[in-house]
Amino acid sequence: MKRPEWIPAILTILVVLLFAKVSTDFRDIPYLLGNTTIFAETGLLAIGMTLVIISGNIDLSVGSTLILTSCLTAKFMGAGVPNIVAIGFALIVGTLLGAINGLLVAYAKLPSFLVTLGTMAMYRGVAQAMLGASGADVAPGMKGLDRAALLGLPYPLIIFLSCALVVGLLLHRMTLGRWLFGIGTNKDAAHYTGFPVQRATVTTFALTGFLIGIAALMLNSRLGVARYDMEPGIELKAITIVVAGGTAISGGKGSMLGTVLSWLLLYFVRTGMGVTNIKAEYQLTIIGLILILSVFAQQIAANFSSNRLKKQTKLGN
Amino acid sequence: MIRITSLLVLSTLVMVSCTSGGSNNEPTTSANTASNGKPSGDAGARLKVVFIPKDTANPYFKPVGMGIDEAKDSMNFDYKEQGPATADPTSQISVIKDQIQQKVDVIIIAANAPNTLNEVLDDARKQGIIVLTVDADLTGNESHRDAGILPTDFAKVGQSQLEIMAKQMNYEGEFAILSATTSASNQNTWIATIKDGLKDPKYSKMKLVDTVYGNDEPQKSSTEMEGLLSKYPNLKGVLSPTSVGLAAAAQVLQNSGLYPTGTKAKNGGIHLTGLSTPNQLKKYVTKGVIEGFQLWSPKDMGTLAAYLGTSAKRKKIDLKFGTEVDGPKGKLKLDDKGVVYAGDLLTFDKTNIDKFDF
Repeated sequence: MKRPEWIPAILTILVVLLFAKVSTDFRDIPYLLGNTTIFAETGLLAIGMTLVIISGNIDLSVGSTLILTSCLTAKFMGAGVPNIVAIGFALIVGTLLGAINGLLVAYAKLPSFLVTLGTMAMYRGVAQAMLGASGADVAPGMKGLDRAALLGLPYPLIIFLSCALVVGLLLHRMTLGRWLFGIGTNKDAAHYTGFPVQRATVTTFALTGFLIGIAALMLNSRLGVARYDMEPGIELKAITIVVAGGTAISGGKGSMLGTVLSWLLLYFVRTGMGVTNIKAEYQLTIIGLILILSVFAQQIAANFSSNRLKKQTKLGN
Repeated sequence: MIRITSLLVLSTLVMVSCTSGGSNNEPTTSANTASNGKPSGDAGARLKVVFIPKDTANPYFKPVGMGIDEAKDSMNFDYKEQGPATADPTSQISVIKDQIQQKVDVIIIAANAPNTLNEVLDDARKQGIIVLTVDADLTGNESHRDAGILPTDFAKVGQSQLEIMAKQMNYEGEFAILSATTSASNQNTWIATIKDGLKDPKYSKMKLVDTVYGNDEPQKSSTEMEGLLSKYPNLKGVLSPTSVGLAAAAQVLQNSGLYPTGTKAKNGGIHLTGLSTPNQLKKYVTKGVIEGFQLWSPKDMGTLAAYLGTSAKRKKIDLKFGTEVDGPKGKLKLDDKGVVYAGDLLTFDKTNIDKFDF
C-alpha cells in the first residue's frame, strides 16, 4: 500500500467493470484497443510531463509544441518527401522546441511556469501566422498509422507503451532518473551533491520535445491535416494524467507506472462515457472529480503509511 | 507491483468473458434489417439518428435539433443529440467514433472545421452510415459526406431583403443600408444584389441614399444609425442585414420616437428591417418599433436533414451530387457539390414571432 499506483489501478478496474456491465458497445475488445489511437498522443505528452514534473518543473507548452511541430511537418514535408526524412524532421523540430524551454529554464534561470506559459502562446501563434485558418494537408504516405495494427494492437498504442517503458527505465533505473528525483526534491542540495542540474533540465525538456515529435507524427497521420487550432487544452489533459497517477505536482515524487495506469483510467472513463452518451458537460465534471478523488486518496494513503512508519520507528527504539 | 499487474490481468479476463458472453445475444442492427427488408420505408426498422452540434452550449443549434426531433415519429427513427463541450476542430472526432461504435444509421453534424473530420467520417460511411452536414459544411472536402444542408440560398437573400423593405415603405421614398464591415463578403454580395434589384421598375420610386458600416459593434452601429437619422430628414427606411446592426438601430429608433407608431413620426415614420434571430428583436416587434424582419429557419434545416438521412439510409433516394431527389415538399436539387438549401427566408412579425425561440 506504500505505492500510490494502486489507486488508479483499482479505479481502472472498477470503471472497466462498471461500463462493461452497462454497455454492450463497451464490451468490445477490438473497439477498446482501436479507440486508444485518439488518446495515444496525449499519453506521449504525459510521459514527458512526468519527467518534467518530477524534476520540480512544469511544461505548459506541450500542446503548442505538438501543434507547431505538426504544422511545420505538414507544411514542409509534403508529397514526394521520403517518409524517413519527414519523421526525422518532426523529431528534430520537437526536440529543438523542447530544448528552447529547457535552456531558458536552466541557464536564464527563469521559472518553468513562466517560460512555458510564454512558449505556449508563442508556438501556437507561429503556427497560426504560418497556416492561417485553413491548415496544411499531410502527405498521403504519412496517413493512416492509426488504422494499422500489429497482433491486434494499433501502432499508436504500441508506440505509446514502448515509449513509456523506455522512458520509465530511464527514470527508475538510470542515472538521469536519480538526478531528476534529486533535483525535484531539493534543487540546491542536488546542485551541491554534484548533480548536473542544468544539463539534466535541458535534457528533460528536450526529451519531452522528442516525444512530442512522435505525437505530432501520430496526430498528422490520424487527421490527414494540420491546423493551428487542433487539440486546445491537451496540455491540461497531460498534466491531469500525470497528477492523477500519483506524481507530486511539487516534484521529487512519482512514477511512470502511475502515469500509464492513470492514462488507462482516463481512457476507459472517457470511452465508457462516450459510448453511453453521457453529456459533454457531465463528462468534464466526472473527469475533474476523478482527479480530485485520486489526489485526495493518495494524500490519505501517504499520511497513513508515514504514520505507520513513525510508529514502527518508535517501537524499534 | 506484482499485485497491481495481477489485478489488471484479472480485470482483462473478466472483460473477455463479458464480451464473449454478450456478443452472441446482441439484436441484429437496424441497418441490416433496413437494407434487407421491404422497399417501403418508414414502416420498417426504426433507425438511429444522431445530431452533433458544434458544441453543447450554442443556442443557434437548439432549433436544428428540434427540427430533427419533431420528425422522429413520422419518419420512424430514434433521435439523440450528442455534442462536444467545446467547438474546436478536433473535439467532434471522439464523439463521431462513439456514435460509429453504437451503430447509428445517420449522423447529422455541424462541422467545426472543414478539414479535420475527413478520416473519421470516411470510417463512418464505410460502415454504411449516412453523413450529412447542417449549417457548417465541409467546404473543399465535400466528398467526405453524403450531402450538405445549408439554411438558405445566400444569393437570394439580397432580393428578399429589398422586397420586405419596399413593402414596408410602400415602394416609395429614401432608404439607407446599415451593414457590418466593408470586408464582409456576404454583406457586400447582398448590397450589390439590392442595388441591382432597384433597377426593376416596381422599385422606381425608391432611392438608396447611403450605405454605412457599424462593424458589427453595437456602439459603432448606434452612432451610424443616429448619423443617418440626422443627415436624411426625409428618410423612410433603414435596412440592416446584420443582427448586431439591426438590434442597435432598433434601440436608436425607439429612443428617437421616429418609428411609424412613435410619438415623433412624420410622413408615416421610419421603417426598419433586416436580418436577425427572433429572440434578439422580440421586444421591439411587440412595441411596434419594427414591423417585420427576416432570417432563415434553423429548424427547417433539421427537418430536411432528418428526411434526407433516413430516406437515403432506406435507399428510397440516392444522394448523388448534381441530381434531383424527392424532398419533403417536392423535388430538391443537389448541386454539383451536394449542397441543398433548406428553404427561403422566414419573415418574423407581430403575428408569428412568439412561435419562435432561438
